[in-house]
Amino acid sequence: MRTVNFSSDHYKDAVFPSPFHSRQKQHNQLKEWTRWADYLSVPAYWCADMEYFSGRNACGVFDITPMVKHLVTGPDALPYLNRLMTRDVSKIKPGRVGYSVWCNEAGRVIDDGTIFHLREGVYRICSQEHQIDWFMTNMLGFDVEITEDTHDVAGLAVQGPTSCAILKDMGLEGIENLTPFGLTYFDFEGTELMVSRTGFTGDLGYELFIDPDYAEVLWDRLFAAGELRGIKAMGSEALDLLRIEAGFILAGVDFLPAMEAVRPTHTRSPFELGLGWLVSFDKGVFNGRQALLEEKEKGSRYNLVKLDIDGNKPAKDSFVYVKGGKKIAGTVTSAMWSPSAKASIALASLEAPLGQPGEEFEVEIYYQRELKWSRVMAPARVVKDVFWNPPRRRQTPPADF
Amino acid sequence: MTKKYDAIVIGAGHNGLTNGAYLAKAGLNTLMVEKNEHIGGATTSLPRYKDDWIYSNCSYVCSLLRPEVYRSLNLAKYGLQVVPYGGAVTIAENGDYIGSYVDPDKARREVARHSHRDADATARFDRDIMRQCRFIRQFLLRTPPDPTSFKPRDLLEMMYMGKEALKLGEDLIYDTMRFYTMSISDFLDEYFENPLVKASHSGSGIIGSALGVMSPGTAYILLHHAMGDVDGSMGAWGFARGGMGAISKAMYDCFTDYGGETLTGNGVDQIIVKNGRAVGVALENGDEHYADVIVSNMTLPRTFLECMDPKDLDPGFLKKVKNFKIRGSSGKINIALDGVPKFTALPENSELARGDMHLIDSTERLERAYDDWKDGIWSQDPYIDMLIPSLTDPTMTPPGKHFMSLFVQYVPPRIKGKDWTDQQVQQFADTVINQIEEYAPGFKDLILHMEVRTPRELENEVGLTEGNIFQGELTLDQLLFNRPIPGYAQYRGPVKGMYMCGSSTAPGGGVMSAPGANAAREILGDLNKTNTVPEGWLDD
Repeated sequence: MRTVNFSSDHYKDAVFPSPFHSRQKQHNQLKEWTRWADYLSVPAYWCADMEYFSGRNACGVFDITPMVKHLVTGPDALPYLNRLMTRDVSKIKPGRVGYSVWCNEAGRVIDDGTIFHLREGVYRICSQEHQIDWFMTNMLGFDVEITEDTHDVAGLAVQGPTSCAILKDMGLEGIENLTPFGLTYFDFEGTELMVSRTGFTGDLGYELFIDPDYAEVLWDRLFAAGELRGIKAMGSEALDLLRIEAGFILAGVDFLPAMEAVRPTHTRSPFELGLGWLVSFDKGVFNGRQALLEEKEKGSRYNLVKLDIDGNKPAKDSFVYVKGGKKIAGTVTSAMWSPSAKASIALASLEAPLGQPGEEFEVEIYYQRELKWSRVMAPARVVKDVFWNPPRRRQTPPADF
Repeated sequence: MTKKYDAIVIGAGHNGLTNGAYLAKAGLNTLMVEKNEHIGGATTSLPRYKDDWIYSNCSYVCSLLRPEVYRSLNLAKYGLQVVPYGGAVTIAENGDYIGSYVDPDKARREVARHSHRDADATARFDRDIMRQCRFIRQFLLRTPPDPTSFKPRDLLEMMYMGKEALKLGEDLIYDTMRFYTMSISDFLDEYFENPLVKASHSGSGIIGSALGVMSPGTAYILLHHAMGDVDGSMGAWGFARGGMGAISKAMYDCFTDYGGETLTGNGVDQIIVKNGRAVGVALENGDEHYADVIVSNMTLPRTFLECMDPKDLDPGFLKKVKNFKIRGSSGKINIALDGVPKFTALPENSELARGDMHLIDSTERLERAYDDWKDGIWSQDPYIDMLIPSLTDPTMTPPGKHFMSLFVQYVPPRIKGKDWTDQQVQQFADTVINQIEEYAPGFKDLILHMEVRTPRELENEVGLTEGNIFQGELTLDQLLFNRPIPGYAQYRGPVKGMYMCGSSTAPGGGVMSAPGANAAREILGDLNKTNTVPEGWLDD
């Protein structure tokens, strides 16, 4: 059921239950709720660390309904998206999904998100931030239709090594043949269920999209199928741990979305986020192309790097120093102790040209033990590969756990 | 007369009190002279109905008051408490409305209810406003540089401004030029598609100004209303607990504690100039008081055209003063209510009623209200900024009763070129009350008492020339180093020993205290006294 209220009495509630709310409630032992855009979201159902391990060891289920979703259709959908996005969208064939960023004319990242090529010429764009004004501003000259359908689609991320087997047990025949970044459709209880092999955890995992009216039955059948395979509801705290290990950046955390930036110099270009691979200069004009070409020539201001930090203390909100501890090289944007990599890891924004693979820094970490605060300067080095990148993420068909 | 003071401040409005407090804090023997029996100027809470009913007679909400002044003058210790109020609502004639909620998601959904796209555009709009405000705010407690001067301080200040502008990116410089020159109506058209959404943002562009929403320069006036804050929440507005008079009272108590003296009930008849130097003031009752420094918190025209001998001044200077744009455009109606009015459009007990309420549909309707002003009559379909502070502040009225503040535009200083008659004042009030009655049937029956102020009353009682609430239009030709007039932006008057500290000076009007503080810093510098005026807090 569509749960968000846009009628004149919407003001009675600041936030709305997700279509999965009744089921989330059953699992939410901690009775804590947080807000994700228009919806109630669960930070942790019973223990964030244990939920994290569900995601890495068995299967964690996370409600992604609040994610902003747009439908782009019309004869010019592809050229339009190629104008909007930095990457070459023509390479995302029907039935495929691609990660992308989009920039303003200064080449600064407005948001990142995923492009689902649902059917020939029909695209869904998922993003963190509301984009309809910007997307429509860019329609000029293109025969396209754009609608935001965030509230008309319920979504679940089903992530972890047993996710494929669970979906198979739920009756999604042939799901094991879906390759990473592929999407497919199933008949489900008389409606259409869209499943993509995507996620925000860097592991084997799927995202399920369905009419909100079928949200509860989807949840029920999923958890019934997964009962023997370790399925657990997972909150946003666990997801955050999973995504840092996978090296995925988060809008508003690892970069400032350009549309919100009161201080434009605080924004970042794709190159400055390590996303140069998403910029395709040979596809013709796109937003930010000129600025990004100039940047490529003149050099970027920042490098977003992955840091492997000595010791066992998470480097939350830390400053990163050039070795010697005198000159600030940058700041940590996300950090954690990684249970899977068994290392203190971080994403950090460093002043270019600092931040080349292998380069060593010192990270200033404040930590407390029983209310006594200490400070340590921990040696750290820039690593090239993500901290967690298991072969099972790509294996098709996945192992049948 | 007998005692000689170090400084005399003319006019105990909030800027005069601020100025006096910093001078007295620096050890100057300071005398405040005030024409009214009460202090506060346009920042007053005078009982007009019954003793337990407090009005905010002129200014009615607080946001611009510099937090640095609030803190350094210990205004909290003197009892000042500013309580933020949430939201605003714009009610259309067809019964629809658009509310501005404190909660960001509620706020977004409310706009989306009218236009999905505008809901998204609001984020961009707010960001651009915020960018400009951040830029302006850092200059509020700085004396504007003189761009024609080669003095090191002016050159350094110009360089500082340039550097700060560049820091914010080239877009900001382009945008700044646009903000200062565009109309609020054109500006809103660049962001929004829905007329009611636009209308809800447009009032801030004209409040206090004799310009219409389609007049160039009104985009800046919106910034002027957005650059304040309540406890760091930029753009937020609040009520001074106990009415706006609580602000001037706290300042007065501070001034008095620092040893300042105050004479009320006698206005200045003449600023005494001897040998090209201001040396004292002659009051209406014939008393004369002398001081090394004379500071005027009066409007520019009142100071130089009414309280100085033209023979003491340069004719070129006087001509500029005469040309200063200070046009009355607004009226104020304060009402004691027997209960809360019920607006047909609003849900029962809507939180939106605690904020600014407006009865408009479109920028076009607002522009027509301005057309009446040009015709020399008050708007027949006026713009009303309507608040019920007593819904937030329990100290203003007995329980269940309410104080309603109506700021009304447009109201000309004269009717078709002739002075207002008492009958016209009443007709003006009727126009406003009838307007509200249409949206809130039964409203009239709730009225227990009404204080009506047209520009005539504002000028006669408060001393604001033509009743202009900002002591002069906030247009680019009269802003920055051109405020109040070119060559006199650094608070010094045309004769030695004479200074200006009112809203006629930079950075302009509103209960901000920046002109008063900046003038004090200049005076103390000239006297080689220790500066007591704080530096502005930087946002970064």
